[in-house]
Amino acid sequence: MTTRVSRATLGAFLGPAVAALVIVGIAPLLFALWKSFHYFNLTKLAQQRFVGLENYAAVLTDTVFWQAMGRTALLFVMSVPVQIIFGLSIALVLHRPGLTLFKTLARLSLVLPMATTYAVVGLLAQVMLNQKYGVINQMLGWLGVDPINFIGDPTNAFLAVVIWDIWQWTPFVALVLLAGLSTVPPEIEEAAKLETKSNWVVLRHVQLPYLIPSLVAVLILRTADTLKLFDMPFTMTRGGPGSATEFIAVLIERVGNRQFDIGMAAAQSIIMLALTIVLARLYIRFFYREVR
Amino acid sequence: MAAPLQRRSLLGEGILLVVICAFCVFPFYWMVTTSLKTQVVALQSPPAWIFSPTLANYWEVLFEDKVGVSLLNSIIVATATTSLAVLLGCPAAYALARFEFRGKTDLWFWFITNRFVSPVVLAFPVFLISRDLGIRDTHLALILMYLTFTLPIVIWICTDQFRSIPHELDEAAMLEGASQWRIFRSICLPLAMPGVAVSSILSFIFSWNELLFAYILAPKVAKTAPAMAVTFMEGYDVPYGKIMATSTLIVIPVLIFALLASKHLVRGLTMGAVK
Repeated sequence: MTTRVSRATLGAFLGPAVAALVIVGIAPLLFALWKSFHYFNLTKLAQQRFVGLENYAAVLTDTVFWQAMGRTALLFVMSVPVQIIFGLSIALVLHRPGLTLFKTLARLSLVLPMATTYAVVGLLAQVMLNQKYGVINQMLGWLGVDPINFIGDPTNAFLAVVIWDIWQWTPFVALVLLAGLSTVPPEIEEAAKLETKSNWVVLRHVQLPYLIPSLVAVLILRTADTLKLFDMPFTMTRGGPGSATEFIAVLIERVGNRQFDIGMAAAQSIIMLALTIVLARLYIRFFYREVR
Repeated sequence: MAAPLQRRSLLGEGILLVVICAFCVFPFYWMVTTSLKTQVVALQSPPAWIFSPTLANYWEVLFEDKVGVSLLNSIIVATATTSLAVLLGCPAAYALARFEFRGKTDLWFWFITNRFVSPVVLAFPVFLISRDLGIRDTHLALILMYLTFTLPIVIWICTDQFRSIPHELDEAAMLEGASQWRIFRSICLPLAMPGVAVSSILSFIFSWNELLFAYILAPKVAKTAPAMAVTFMEGYDVPYGKIMATSTLIVIPVLIFALLASKHLVRGLTMGAVK
């Protein structure tokens, strides 16, 4: 049930919000698009000129850009499947009846990692993963493992980001899948449990179909967030050592803010935005099919 | 036979739950304890689990290192942007829930799409624009930019909330001759307060946690707490205790808010795809 109203009323209710998002969202995007066709370096302002698609050609043939894209994709491929396996296991345990108090506590502690300021998550990694003073290496020592140089070695630094991403976002996946599990009609689940003793069969044939929307949501949102990922690697490694943890958003920040090459950063941003829009379209098609 | 088996599986489950809790909570334990260590103890190898705690780091960061000022900046920016998002978002959400007009779905999608745009895409153009307008390094620049992610949250959650309010209430008021604005203000908005509260908390959390805009747009005067924490990493002698004290000051308030809104956090993060 909806009401028809006059244009004036509509404008009064929606106008301010639309205007605000046009000003802070669309205007900068158009500005970025315009600048992406220019040579525009903050340290060489006199040389500013229109260069057409030159920046795009440079970005698309730039190995540094593709390596950053590749690293971003690799991070996604390495961490998200683990997040889904761990998250699903945690969700299944929390979904079972009994031990209510423990489960409430576990659910509350799951909220902590994903609500933590992302910059602090990176700083925490610095402190805990330090080769000499870090508590993680101390614990590994108890297990007989030699101290690992997590932050200083390129391969280890990348792995450290993967592990830290898994720590922060597994709880999110767990809570999303837990919400998905609660959409399974209890009578169907109970009937299935009477039929078979195998939890695997129940999961595969009864719960999984109801989990598909949650899993798609996790995949799309984690992809979007991985593309955006900046705070944690920035505070943890600044993209280093070398460029071992320079993900796409970290690269754009370096080009724009530390090399002052705004035209190039703009072209990189626009390419990234195009990717993002494709993703957002997918997300919306999956979840909001029906016209509201 | 069945009973001991069940008890054993319960024990296993209990241990598993404790392990999950420990994994989530341990970094925070380490953060707080490190913040209570002097630099000498913090740099002890192997790390010390037992030590005499001191509040010196908190004293130093709050009163000597301007973390106090940056926390104040964070409070101002997060509160103002949340208020503005609610002020602009609630009427828009009401219109999306109640009115019929062309392009409604498209408009709604457009609001939601902002959830996906990376701050790094907007940061540099805004850096230049705000410099030309003379609002660089002010609270205003950050407050406006934070609308890009707070406004969609408010609109999404409040639209949902307004839809759940029975339409009959509006119709009765309309028969009495009330204007749309009056119906919104006096009838629907008070009933939608739970949604407004949840979306406010989530907006506050997201604004409080933001780093990239803050780092690029507010380098000095309006510097927020996460950006301030980053500056401690610069230089050779990294002050671990001070970094962790600052981190604790940043994280504690937001965790309290997150726990209060824990039921809705996932909905906020997924933009309602999973209820």
